[in-house]
Amino acid sequence: MKKDYHLVCGMEVHAELKTESKMFCGCKNDPFGAKEPNIHTCPVCLGMPGALPVANKKAIEWTIKLGLALNCKINLFSKFDRKNYYYPDLPKAYQISQYDLPFCYGGVLETSFGPVGITRIHLEEDTGKLLHKNVDGKDLSLIDFNRSSVPLIEIVTEPDIKSPEQAKEYAKNLRDIIRYLDIGDCDMEQGGMRLEANISLQEDGVEGLPSYKTEVKNINSFRFMEQAIKFEMERQAEILDANGIPPQETRGWDAKKGITFAQRTKEDAADYRYFPDPDLAPIHLTEEFINELKAELPELPVQICERWQKVFGVETRFSSLMFSLPSEAEWLEKLFVLAQNKNLDSNKLAGSMVNKKFSFSFNDEPEEILKKFAELGQTDEVKDDDLLEAIKKVIANNGDALAKYKAGQTQLLNFFFGQTMRELGKKVDAAQLRKLLETELSK
Amino acid sequence: MLNTLTLKKALDKISKKELTAKQIVDDVKAEIEKKNGELNAYLTLNDNGTEIGNLEDTPLKGLPIAVKDNICTRDLRTTASSTVLDDFKPQYDATISAKLKNAGGYIVGKTNLDAWAHGSSTETSQYGRTLNPRNLEHLPGGSSGGSAAAVAADLCIAALGTETAGSIRQPSAWCGVVGLKPTYGRCSRYGVIAMASSTDSPGPIAKTVEDAAILLNAIAGHDPYDGTTTAEETPDFTSYLNQDIKGMKIGVIYTELEGLEDVSKILLDQVKVFEKLGATVETVKAMDPHHSIGVYTIVQRGEVSSNLGRFDGIRYGNDRSYFGHEAKNRIMLGTYTLSKGYADQYYNTAQKVRTLYIEDYKRLFEKYDVLISLTSPGFAKKIGASEGSAMFGELEDMLVEPSSIAGLPGISVPCYHDKETNLYLGMNIMAPMYREDLVIKVGDAYEKNSNWNSWRNK
Repeated sequence: MKKDYHLVCGMEVHAELKTESKMFCGCKNDPFGAKEPNIHTCPVCLGMPGALPVANKKAIEWTIKLGLALNCKINLFSKFDRKNYYYPDLPKAYQISQYDLPFCYGGVLETSFGPVGITRIHLEEDTGKLLHKNVDGKDLSLIDFNRSSVPLIEIVTEPDIKSPEQAKEYAKNLRDIIRYLDIGDCDMEQGGMRLEANISLQEDGVEGLPSYKTEVKNINSFRFMEQAIKFEMERQAEILDANGIPPQETRGWDAKKGITFAQRTKEDAADYRYFPDPDLAPIHLTEEFINELKAELPELPVQICERWQKVFGVETRFSSLMFSLPSEAEWLEKLFVLAQNKNLDSNKLAGSMVNKKFSFSFNDEPEEILKKFAELGQTDEVKDDDLLEAIKKVIANNGDALAKYKAGQTQLLNFFFGQTMRELGKKVDAAQLRKLLETELSK
Repeated sequence: MLNTLTLKKALDKISKKELTAKQIVDDVKAEIEKKNGELNAYLTLNDNGTEIGNLEDTPLKGLPIAVKDNICTRDLRTTASSTVLDDFKPQYDATISAKLKNAGGYIVGKTNLDAWAHGSSTETSQYGRTLNPRNLEHLPGGSSGGSAAAVAADLCIAALGTETAGSIRQPSAWCGVVGLKPTYGRCSRYGVIAMASSTDSPGPIAKTVEDAAILLNAIAGHDPYDGTTTAEETPDFTSYLNQDIKGMKIGVIYTELEGLEDVSKILLDQVKVFEKLGATVETVKAMDPHHSIGVYTIVQRGEVSSNLGRFDGIRYGNDRSYFGHEAKNRIMLGTYTLSKGYADQYYNTAQKVRTLYIEDYKRLFEKYDVLISLTSPGFAKKIGASEGSAMFGELEDMLVEPSSIAGLPGISVPCYHDKETNLYLGMNIMAPMYREDLVIKVGDAYEKNSNWNSWRNK
C-alpha cells in the first residue's frame, strides 16, 4: 500500500582548510597545486616510525571561527583522538581526529526552508590519495601523500533537513560561509569539499526518528546531492510500501546513471578503537581567546544584507546575490554610502546591478558606477512580464503599424516605443524596452 | 684500554690534549670486535668513521656513544630489534640523535633491545638476547639491555636508552651502571619508534651519575617537533653535582612489600649513607605498586596496538608475519581493550588509576624532597627466565612503573654488589616533575659516598 512519507536527513560535510602548512607538520598544504606526487611530504605526514604530530594552531583557530559563525558553542577543553583503521592511503593506520570533545557543537545554519541544527564541527587530518593506474602494462595502485595530513573539518548536522532542495541550499550556504571566512576554497571537483547525507523516510503523522538510515557518501556536487536524495526517497519509499525496511548501509552515488548503489552494510562497519592521542596534549582554551576570535570574525553576509536593508534600503533579494567575499562587501558598502550622500536610490542601484543593466567589476571606482547608473536615466523598475504584456497589447491594437513595420518601415519602432510607455504609464529603461520590442515585433 | 674511561675522565684527557677522541673510538671498536660476538649488545655498528673530526670544542668531543636501536639514526639501520624493520634505514634523525651529533657525540652503533621495546630482558629481541657482562649466565634486563650491557662492558663511553616503565633503570640496575630516566617531556620523543607514547622517555645510561648529567645536557630540551616536550628552560644538569644534601628529606618506599624482605634490608642499610650526610630518612607507605601493573598493561598495550598499525606490509618491506610472539600478543590485547564497549572498562579506567598514582606522589612530595626505592625486586635473572612468563617485565619493573606512568624523573645507581655472582642491585631515586636536579644531586652524593660504582676506584 502506498503511504505518504517525509524526508529525515542530516548531513556530514568535509572541507579542507587552506592553511599555509599541513595539520600536524610543516609541509606545504597545497595538494591540488603540487606539480608531482609526494613532494609535500615529511616523516610526519608519511607516518614514518618515530615521527610525531604537532597541531597547527591556525587550523584550530579557523575551526573555531567557523563554529562561531554558525552560532556554535565552543569546548574550552578539547583534545585529539586516534581513529584506528587500515587503508593504504592512511600511513599511520590511524587518523588523528576528534571523538567526544569536538571544538564546536550546538550551532545553527539558516536556510530559506528553515534552520538546520549543527551538531558538531571537529578538526582532523585528510588522508593520502590512491591512484589506480596502468603503468607499463601492469595495473598498479599508487599512493600520493601530498594530501596526507591536510587539515580537514567535518560539519555534522541534526536530522533537520526536510527536502532535497533544503539539503542543497544548506550545503551551498555552508560553502559560502567557509569561503567568506577565507578559511577554505571548497573546490568540489578536486575534493576540497565532500558531501555525505544520512537519509531516511518517516511516515507522515508518525513521531520520532525512523529506525534506519542509509548514508550516501562521496558526493562532489550540490546538484548530485539533490539528485541522490531524491533517488533515495523514491527507492526507500518503494521498500517501505512493500512493508520492508531499507537496510542500514553506506551507499555511493553513480553520477552517470544517476543512482545510488550499496557499498557497505552495518555488519562490517568498522570499530575505530578511538582513544585520546597521547602524542598531542589536550587543548585548554580561554574565554578571552574565544572572544578575540569573535572580534576577528567579519560581519557575515546575512547580517550585512539585513543592515543594508535598514541603512540603505537595499532589498536582501538583491544584496544577497551581489557578493561572496568580504572585500566585495566592503566595496559595495562604499558604493551605497556614496549613493546615499548623493541622494540616489541605493535599492534601484542594486537592482540595476543585479539585472546587469550595466557592466561593472569590483575593481571599478564607485564614482564610475554611479555615473553609469545615472546614464540609465531615472527609470521606474518594471517587471519583464508586465512590460511584455504592455507590448503585446500595443501591437494587438496597432495592426496597421505592425504591417508597415514588417514591410520595412523600421522607424515605426519609435511609435511602438511611445505607445508602450503611455500604456505602462511609467518611465522604463529605454534599452530594455527597445530590445523587447524588437524581439516581439519580429515574431 | 681507553674504553674503560668514564665520559668525564675522557673529556678531561682530551681537553688536556693527553688523548684524542679517535684513540678512544679505536679502543672501543676493538673491544666491541672482541666481545660483541658473545654479548650481542650491538645489532649494527657505524662503519662511518668520518664523523670523528675536529670536535674538540664540542661538549662530547667526538666520544663514542651507543644508541638504542629504537632511536632513528639517519642512514644507519634502525630495527627496534624486529625483523619487520630488518633493512630499515631512516631518512631522518631522531631529535636526540641529531642533538647527540651536534654535541659532538659519535654514534658508535645501535644496541639491542626487546623487540619494539616490549620486555625487560632483551629476550624478545628477534636478533637474539644480550648477555649480562657482569655474569654471562644472566640477563641484562631490558628493554634497553643492549645499551646497559654496552656501558657495563666498556663497549662505549656512555649510551642512550629509552624508558616506558623501567626500560632504562631496570637494565641499569641489573648491569651495575647508572640509568637516568628524565621527566616525561624533558627529552624529545621525535624519531623514537613509539612504544607507549604517553610514557616513552629517552635518557642516558652511563658509568657514573656525573656522566649521565653530561649526556642529559646534550639531549634534553624543548623540541618543536614534539608537542609533549616541556617549554621549561633546560638547566645545566652538571651544576647539581657535588652538592651538599644536608637537611634534605628523603622518603623510602616499597620496603614493606612481601617477598622483598632480603633486598629491602640491603636498601634500608644503604640509605643510612644519607643520614650520615645530614639528610633525614623515613620509611613511608606509598600507594601499592601492584596496581600499576594493570594500569601499565592496559595503557601500554592499547597504545602499542595503535602505534604498530603502520607496519602493515605496504611500505617497510617485511609484512606483519614478521612480528614476533610478544608483539602479536600485545597488539591483540591492546586491540581488545580499545574495542567498542571495552574502552571504558579498560583504557579509561586505567587512566583514572594513573591519576591516583599522580596524586599519591603529589601527597608524598609535599613531605619529602625525593623518594627512594629499589629499582628492581632482585638481582638479574638467569637467561631464559622471561620465556613463557607473559608478565615477566611487568613484575620486574613493578617498583619503577608507578613513577613512570606518573611521568616522574628517576635515576638508578648501583647500591649493592654480590661478590659471589658479581651482580648488582640498583637504588631508584625519584623526584617531582622536572626536578632532575634533585635525583642528580642525591644520586651523585650517594655514589660518591658509597663503594658500589665499579669505575670509581679505577
